[in-house]
Amino acid sequence: MFSLYARRRLINAMNLTISMLAMAFGLFWLAWILWTLLRQGLGGLDLQMFTQMTPPPGSQGGLLNAIAGSFMMTSVATLIGTPIGILAGVYMAEFGQKSWLASATRFVNDILLSAPSIVIGLFIYEVYVVNVHHFSGWAGSLALSLIVIPVVVRTTENMLKLVPNSLREAAAALGAPHWKIIMLVTLRASRAGIITGLLLAVARISGETAPLLFTALNNQFWSSNMNAPMANLPVVIFQFAMSPYDDWHKLAWAGALLITFGVLALNIIARVMFRQKGARG
Amino acid sequence: MIDTLVLRGSFPVAELAKQTPRQNMSKTISDATLKRQHLSDRLFRGTTRMFAFIVFALLVGIIISLLLGAWPALKAFGIKFFFAAEWNPVTDEFGALVPIFGTLATSAIALLIGVPVSFGIALFLTELSPKWLRRPLGIAVELLAGIPSIIYGMWGLFVFAPAFQEHIQPWLIDHLSEVPMLGFLFEGAPMGIGILTAGIILAIMVIPFIASVMRDVFEIVPPLLKESAYGLGATTWEVVRHVVLPYTKIGVVGGIMLGLGRALGETMAITFVIGNAHQFSTSLMMPGNSIASALANEFNEATSDLHVASLIELGLILFIITFIVLALSKLLLLQLAKREGKQT
Repeated sequence: MFSLYARRRLINAMNLTISMLAMAFGLFWLAWILWTLLRQGLGGLDLQMFTQMTPPPGSQGGLLNAIAGSFMMTSVATLIGTPIGILAGVYMAEFGQKSWLASATRFVNDILLSAPSIVIGLFIYEVYVVNVHHFSGWAGSLALSLIVIPVVVRTTENMLKLVPNSLREAAAALGAPHWKIIMLVTLRASRAGIITGLLLAVARISGETAPLLFTALNNQFWSSNMNAPMANLPVVIFQFAMSPYDDWHKLAWAGALLITFGVLALNIIARVMFRQKGARG
Repeated sequence: MIDTLVLRGSFPVAELAKQTPRQNMSKTISDATLKRQHLSDRLFRGTTRMFAFIVFALLVGIIISLLLGAWPALKAFGIKFFFAAEWNPVTDEFGALVPIFGTLATSAIALLIGVPVSFGIALFLTELSPKWLRRPLGIAVELLAGIPSIIYGMWGLFVFAPAFQEHIQPWLIDHLSEVPMLGFLFEGAPMGIGILTAGIILAIMVIPFIASVMRDVFEIVPPLLKESAYGLGATTWEVVRHVVLPYTKIGVVGGIMLGLGRALGETMAITFVIGNAHQFSTSLMMPGNSIASALANEFNEATSDLHVASLIELGLILFIITFIVLALSKLLLLQLAKREGKQT
């Protein structure tokens, strides 16, 4: 019916159109989700949200304790996870390279990077919560830090590998000991990349719900005691969204809007920052 | 001149002037300093090595602790755990068939939808899109991966499920439940939530992961190869089909496995929309349960020791399945990287 050329051109045009549709399909969901969040969440986004505690059903309130709890646990998790991740990454890029430990850690790290976060929560429950007999902010932070570590290890190693060897050799020729070369030269040279990785890690854990369910639990009241169950935004959103109460739903949407745009902003900042640094260096 | 500068404290000679000429002139580092430096180097190396080992030990620790936690259930049910559909906290009888089936079914649906779409997106981003659009579009797709999974769940439950129930499910049930062989998948009432809904939302969530791996591996195809094919008169599609895909097929499979690993372990989004029913049904319209959502829903409410142990065993099963899938993905991608290294 068609000549060979016409048929090839037709197939080409068809498949390329489908490819364009796939792209549109992907963007469509992003737009739909963001639109829903804006429409449902903007109404609840007011000053009250940042100044009042989570309410019992049927009364007014905000999300202050949840925001504060999330903030504290995220900070502690980042503080625990970053040094561990950076040091492990340094070993893999600067010392180990081809040793069995570095190869094994690299392999394990990539698996931990995508491991189900709910299993991480189970792990912390088993080794920490069961032994101290209560849920706590510390347990939540520990679980989150286990999610931070692989991200930081991965970016640290990748960024250190990009540092040209001539820099290391120049520092060594000046007589600097190895640890000084790493701390003052190579780590500094890859600072922008590592910070980018850190921002992405923070973005990832600030939305994580599953590992907090059996570790930090939740708390309806203000508490800055890290050794007690702690309110946090994701679990509050989960609880409120699953409830039958309208005013809880409204708060949940507002919280969802806050968390999503916070996370997306972090993502964008990280990428833009890295590109600028990358272009300059 | 030097004196005035020294007084103002802004000239390094001030420091040098204080030292004795002997120290100032010495060109060798003393043995003590060398020893100290050597020691601190070893200390630093040892510390980083220890932390690398901690990361490695984490994985072993996770498996051991889950094994210990699941021990009562392993002892009580043995291999039967995998084949029993019963899940009854009252009589303390637990079987993992329903959640395992739910996890596999939702992930399969996610891949069925996600893989072709991801391929289309990667193709668009590498071959079709104008240069200036590539970066923003790439970031937009990656943002899809940045949205927390609980948001997908909420949106799925309140927005997507009702729309799906009203507009798409009735059509599917009317038209597809009569199809021979496959009809049983689409029987039932349009409820909005269920395995199919969970699978579709999962598909949206894994698209960015698969698409970005595919895009990355498509980009490593040497331009020379593609240009040769174009030179012979191939269309864009033919270049992709006969040059790019064969060259990158290992990487593409690796990317799909990575997406599968993500889909299997996804928790919150599924918990919202799968329906959490411990009943076995072959229809995708019916509510079901997945390993991760069973954990999220029941773990804090579980009272009997056996219930807790059974849930932990579910977690162990999930971890082992994802471990195998992710390890395969990693091995495939490594292989591609190795081949790439040889050629350049």
